[in-house]
Amino acid sequence: MSLMSVFNISSSAMNAQSVRLNTTASNLANAESVSSSEANAYRARQPVFETVLNNLTGEVKGVAIADVVKSEAPVMKQYSPGNPMADKEGYIYRSNVNAMEEMANMISASRSYQNNVQVMNTSKEMLMSTLRLGQ
Amino acid sequence: MAFNLDNAFGMHADALKLRAQRTAQLAANIANVDTPNYKAKDIDFQSALKQVQQASSASTLVRTQAGHISSSGGTASAAPLSYRMPLQPSFDGNTVNAQIEQAAFAKNTVEYQASFSFLNGRIKGLMTALKGE
Repeated sequence: MSLMSVFNISSSAMNAQSVRLNTTASNLANAESVSSSEANAYRARQPVFETVLNNLTGEVKGVAIADVVKSEAPVMKQYSPGNPMADKEGYIYRSNVNAMEEMANMISASRSYQNNVQVMNTSKEMLMSTLRLGQ
Repeated sequence: MAFNLDNAFGMHADALKLRAQRTAQLAANIANVDTPNYKAKDIDFQSALKQVQQASSASTLVRTQAGHISSSGGTASAAPLSYRMPLQPSFDGNTVNAQIEQAAFAKNTVEYQASFSFLNGRIKGLMTALKGE
């Protein structure tokens, strides 16, 4: 592993964190979505990260998104006969997004992203100074 | 006394190479801060440097036949990695502590620059000797 591999590692992590930020945005946007059946109700999504290893040397090459899983939390059923989305019995189904959880996720993702940007910047400066060796 | 360019830079060339390797390892730890079941790993710099220096001082591969390809000096194997002891258990099995990794990364960067300065000084000294000004 050399300093050049830091660019690949950090950029893969930044990519993974931005996917996480994207799903958080999607979850927050759909927090108030309603549906007329339990199956169709919006469920919060969450990416699962995995480490990418070099097959030959076993060194860490970066991060990848293994899967995007849906939350298992129960969907909220609400009696609201006046709602145009209500089913025959007058119920609507709200999404199972937890806004507090999503906010915490958002902060964590953006901090991790910033960390990786910093790592990349520092490594770049180290490389640039190495290029000036002996001058 | 014969002058050997390989020895002119001392340990600093090896140190610089190891520091770069350690930078990549710490970057990998920081990148995997949210990956479930990732175990943070690090290079023990002191023992790794000792190992590299022993490898470079040991005799290199011997060519016993004309058809053998000559080896280019010491073996360029990667430094051995060891797992970091986690300070507190985490729910998803991840052992990266972001603060510790950031601190180690910052320290490693400064030490890289120190090695770099020493190496630069050696080169400047050699250049002065060559020019004889």
